[in-house]
Amino acid sequence: MNTAVCIKQVPDTTEVRIDPETNALVREGVPSIVNPFDAHATEEAVRLKERYGGTVTIISMGPPQATEAIKKCISFGADRGILLSDRAFAGSDTWATSYIIAAGLKRLMSEQPVDLILCGKQAIDGDTAQVGPGLARRLNLPQITYAISIEEVNLDARRVKVGRRLETGVEVVEAPLPALLTCVEEMNEIRYASLPNMIRAARYEPEVWGRDDLEVEDELLGFNGSPTVVSKIFAPPEREPGEIIPGGTEDPTGVAAVIADKLIEALGATASV
Amino acid sequence: MATDVSNKFDVIVVGAGLAGLAAAHTCAQAGLETIVIERGTKPGTKNVMGGVLYTRPTAKVFPEFWKDAPVERPVIEQGAWLLTSDSAIKLAYRSQRFADDPPNAFTVLRVKLDKYFADQAEKSGALVICETLVEEVLTDGDNVIGVRCGRAEGDLYAPVVIIAEGVNSELTRQLGMQTDLKLDDTASVVKELIRLDPKVIEDRFNLSGEHEGTTIEMYGDATLGMLGTAFVYTNKDSISLGVGFLLSQAVEAAQTPYDMLQRLKQHSMVAPLIEGGETGEYMTHMIPEGGYNRMPQLFGHGVMVVGDAAMLVNGIHREGSNYALLSGQLAAETAIEAHENGDFSGKTLSHYRARLLDETPILRDLRKYRNAAHYVESHPALLSTYPDLVSDAMYEMLNVDDVPKRQKQWEIVRMVLRARSLVGMAWDGIDGARSML
Ligand SMILES: Cc1cc2nc3c(=O)[nH]c(=O)nc-3n(C[C@H](O)[C@H](O)[C@H](O)COP(=O)(O)OP(=O)(O)OC[C@H]3O[C@@H](n4cnc5c(N)ncnc54)[C@H](O)[C@@H]3O)c2cc1C
Repeated sequence: MNTAVCIKQVPDTTEVRIDPETNALVREGVPSIVNPFDAHATEEAVRLKERYGGTVTIISMGPPQATEAIKKCISFGADRGILLSDRAFAGSDTWATSYIIAAGLKRLMSEQPVDLILCGKQAIDGDTAQVGPGLARRLNLPQITYAISIEEVNLDARRVKVGRRLETGVEVVEAPLPALLTCVEEMNEIRYASLPNMIRAARYEPEVWGRDDLEVEDELLGFNGSPTVVSKIFAPPEREPGEIIPGGTEDPTGVAAVIADKLIEALGATASV
Repeated sequence: MATDVSNKFDVIVVGAGLAGLAAAHTCAQAGLETIVIERGTKPGTKNVMGGVLYTRPTAKVFPEFWKDAPVERPVIEQGAWLLTSDSAIKLAYRSQRFADDPPNAFTVLRVKLDKYFADQAEKSGALVICETLVEEVLTDGDNVIGVRCGRAEGDLYAPVVIIAEGVNSELTRQLGMQTDLKLDDTASVVKELIRLDPKVIEDRFNLSGEHEGTTIEMYGDATLGMLGTAFVYTNKDSISLGVGFLLSQAVEAAQTPYDMLQRLKQHSMVAPLIEGGETGEYMTHMIPEGGYNRMPQLFGHGVMVVGDAAMLVNGIHREGSNYALLSGQLAAETAIEAHENGDFSGKTLSHYRARLLDETPILRDLRKYRNAAHYVESHPALLSTYPDLVSDAMYEMLNVDDVPKRQKQWEIVRMVLRARSLVGMAWDGIDGARSML
């Protein structure tokens, strides 16, 4: 049972500010982390390894310093890490990114069998949730988004049974292997890395694959290969605070009456429109 | 899982501060399998310094570091201000000789600096493991044989453990090498980083560019007359402003460090320096002040203690970083010697203390100043009465009115004697000379 996990190094958005003039993220001096959803995907892959044996390979596209994020995943228990990094990849949107990572995965699959590809649900710096599905499409694999649990992997029948988080509940679906899953953070709790894994990660040097290591066409890479146009960036307006009606414990009936009046008023307003 | 990873090393270093990184770098360069365990998320994230880094001692461990290390500004001027509530007596020494290549000292910010030194140690082959706390030292009888870290499968073994935990070291207490710290063994320091445009900094501090920096130490009213100092150091695009004092006195004066810093920022001598700045990080840290009298045992079987953990700080001269680096290096040299001879007993490791004494001024300086802090503490007039006196005297002399100069001088003498008797002053002077000489 071999799993590949696609991860992204992102700025820690809990420490990011938005430039009030350009509306762009101020990334300077902000620490980098493994995209949280991807960290959960890595944890899940390591748990699969513990259940079914096999290996976990991390694959990421990014600048050279993204090796830090890959090493972090090694400390979670992954076996191998590959960074897709080349000047030619810079400026890629989700379209070009999925093209490049798909090429990386194809090369990996030509070296060793891969049964499952895990991605995070989305990256917290862009929130597009497009790269995972893009990869599935480009690799022609079944995709299961919002995976919250891997119920069972049947390596003989080559099928996987996965729980998907929906707004209304959990939907359990099956797909043939190999398949691609995008994972939500409720899937698992990330364990505190063991000291031997920390030591292994500190010694580990991820492999770096550049443009010439992949079968790709230049005009589909980087800026040239990116059809997305950013027409406008804006910070979402702050939500208006709700109204708090105090006194609930002392006078529940009175407060309930106030709330009822307000609801009737609000409903009446919409009904009359 | 991960059974392929050995938990045996030649040297374990606890703490990736200046002392620990100097030790690790030196050991790894000699080919020893070296591991550094640091509790912070990255080296430096837990560490605070004013700070002034001295070039020559640092270069002994990291040669020519200034060529690519993230230092801030070369220090070409050092000032000392004696503050009263509304006045300041200012003394400064500025010399172009301090700007020579390499300069005598640099202002630094530890988050960047420690990361750089950690990178150097890693390049030499040391492993630096962060986000991991060393919870206890493992012993076998009298011998230290390793450490236990707060992670699964967290035991590590090595014939030499170097404790570089910084101030308030738990492990030396666990080993009985140090007794519990008392309130006046440490000073508490708060520091704020105030961001300003480099040009504004250069104008306010009379600097001609990024290649010049200044430091100012402030006494007297800056610490409400308590034993301690306040400081203003110029970085490239920020100012480090801080105040520190003995914990025992802060408790007595019922002042929180934060109150002191806010008060200092509003002082009429300080406010114009930081005006318009944007407040960055706010940090607090302790500085060991116990000095020679409170040094722990520096070595044992299989263990050595370096840097702040060993109380190697000279508060009067604001030296700590250099002691940390040099003690780390000397402990490493001793560890290398022990590995060569295959003898890790206290007998071999005692050479660390001998080296500190023979090859550096550290122990001799600390011995010389062993009673200096105590002297200031037991002569409270020094930081309260005298600054006011000198200030009043200066005011009288420089204030132009119709009183003849001769009469002014007599008034000053009378004023001084009213505040403190001749005998009292004589004793202050004699005691002071005794404590420093
Ligand atoms: C505000 C301030 C201003 C100063 N200004 C100056 C100055 O201008 N010039 C100067 O020369 N000196 C100055 N000093 C002193 C100087 O900073 C210290 O002497 C020096 O940092 C000591 O280095 P160290 O490596 O011994 O300790 P530290 O730098 O404190 O490093 C100790 C490290 O050990 C880690 N650690 C501790 N316990 C454990 C554990 N159990 N497990 C894992 N990791 C652990 C800590 O997280 C830390 O990273 C100043 C100090 C302060 C607080």
